[in-house]
Amino acid sequence: MTVQVAIDKFVEKTGSKVASYLDACVRCGLCAQACQYYEATGDPRHAPVMKFKPLQQAYQASKDPFSPLWKMLGRAPKKVTEEELSEWQDLIYDSCSMCGRCTLACPMGIDIASLVWVMREGMSEVGLVPPEITKMAHAARDTGSPIGITAKKLRGILDDVSKKYDVEMHLDKPSAEVLLLDSSLDFEAYQPTLAAMAKVLNRLGVDWSFSSKGYEASNLGLFSGEESIARTMVERIAEAADDMGAKLVLAPECGHGFGSIRWEAPNLLGRELPFEVLHIVEYLARMHNEGRLKLKPESRALTYHDPCKLGRRGGVFDEPREMMRDLVTDFREMKPGGVTNWCCGGGGGVVVIESARKVQLESFKIKMDQVEKTGAEGVVMSCAFCHMTFDKSSEYYKWDKKIEDMVQMIERQMID
Amino acid sequence: MGFVGFVEGPLFYFSATIFVLAALWRLVGIIKIGRKKDISPPKASAAMGFVKGNLRHFWPRGIFAKRTIIHILGGYGFHLGLFALFFFGAYHIDFLNQRILGFSWPAMPRWAFLMTSGIAFAGLIILWVRRISDPVMRLISDKDDHIGSWLTFLVMLSGCFALEQAHDSLRATHMLLVDIWLVYFPFSRLMHGFTFFLSRGNSGATYGRKGINL
Repeated sequence: MTVQVAIDKFVEKTGSKVASYLDACVRCGLCAQACQYYEATGDPRHAPVMKFKPLQQAYQASKDPFSPLWKMLGRAPKKVTEEELSEWQDLIYDSCSMCGRCTLACPMGIDIASLVWVMREGMSEVGLVPPEITKMAHAARDTGSPIGITAKKLRGILDDVSKKYDVEMHLDKPSAEVLLLDSSLDFEAYQPTLAAMAKVLNRLGVDWSFSSKGYEASNLGLFSGEESIARTMVERIAEAADDMGAKLVLAPECGHGFGSIRWEAPNLLGRELPFEVLHIVEYLARMHNEGRLKLKPESRALTYHDPCKLGRRGGVFDEPREMMRDLVTDFREMKPGGVTNWCCGGGGGVVVIESARKVQLESFKIKMDQVEKTGAEGVVMSCAFCHMTFDKSSEYYKWDKKIEDMVQMIERQMID
Repeated sequence: MGFVGFVEGPLFYFSATIFVLAALWRLVGIIKIGRKKDISPPKASAAMGFVKGNLRHFWPRGIFAKRTIIHILGGYGFHLGLFALFFFGAYHIDFLNQRILGFSWPAMPRWAFLMTSGIAFAGLIILWVRRISDPVMRLISDKDDHIGSWLTFLVMLSGCFALEQAHDSLRATHMLLVDIWLVYFPFSRLMHGFTFFLSRGNSGATYGRKGINL
């Protein structure tokens, strides 16, 4: 490993925005209390401020406006060593979901999650990425899906789901208004959500289709730090939408998948995209507001978990709440909720990293406590990654709260 | 020219010039690095977000403030106290009037000055004690953090000693420390007094364009 390659990447990716963050940190440590991994472990190393230390050193040695002066005076910061960078791997991948909660507690408003992304970009250059993430990111690049669902397999899955759940699926329509995406988690593990999404769209009379050219919403390149993979994933979707003449790309219940195509894709591709991007719940809330989608509320007490990549990082807070208020008679907000909601602890790839299992499970106790305090019988979410984290953690803790996908509820309670 | 005249005159102007030029160099240097324009279609205004981000972070959120109330109170006490002492202390107004600005404004009464000094001192001491006692702060702090705290403390302490204007040497000590502080400021983390608006603003702009109401 040549540590210089990582440092060069840190420097290359340090623009004025990143520099403003690195320059403004006063080391007050107030970010620590906002981080579920620090809260869960009490380990000062897990404080968000620690996570960007190598990046800060690289900045001070090169792009800091006074770096020539420091060099001249022999006061240039110590160069990051290979050992130090290796030590940082667990801080960058195992104990950071890039949820962005720490920014809210930081008096300087530093977006530490974006610094962790730059760190991941550098770390991936030298192979300091957890093997599980690398394997999935590379599979996504090579097969189209992080778990190897090729276009051919996709057709088989959609056929199976169509038969099993009695729903008409659309794949590779020559033209469609809406290009629908889904994540491999739904294709494989949460097929009822995939079926529900298709059923709702069909009942609303939406002209939609999957495309075998670009169907995967998740973007593991955004977890591993490999920008080229992230770009490949969104390029496939953009091309599929172009071919289909789609005016709208619908992201599924996948928080980071939504962020990938909504907020990252134009920047990764370096061009504005000729279609609108909405999360499925945003879209259904729009239909609901237009009076095209009517719901029959269930007499239940449920709470809603804000997926970080959808809410704090994606800007979708109101729509899921609008739907919740019509889905159940007793919608209970978590405290803290909305923009300050705690992460499930599994985002950013954490839940699939074996070495992160302990810290992820510890951090999930915060989430369980939050849900318990609402007194609700269950928790609704709109992110497959969060759902997987809840499922795996609930199984471990034998926690019996109901975990529900919002789209499934909408499909179940939709009235014609 | 005596020593007081030197530290209040040529040395002060030299230090103030370094302060202004180096602070500008650092701010412009950060901005000049440049960045790729975000071309994702915004939901709302990034410019408004920049402003809102700056204002929102002046006020800590309740859920976080509850946990670190001592730190927050220390931070407010020190920063607001120092601001008030600097801009509304009678001697400071006189000094700025005579040496730089050529105009003055009403000063706070002496009792208020003393009370504000107490608050600012207490705040700074709390922040420093936390720096050496809190496990996270201890781990992340370096020499610069301690030098900045101690230098500011000494400037404030010497200012209190010089308050009576009983001895020129006390006034000279205060001004010498002020001169050193001015030179140290732009090269250190004290510079957050200016850079905060960039980091808060940048995050605010990101939140703003995503339509997130902070």
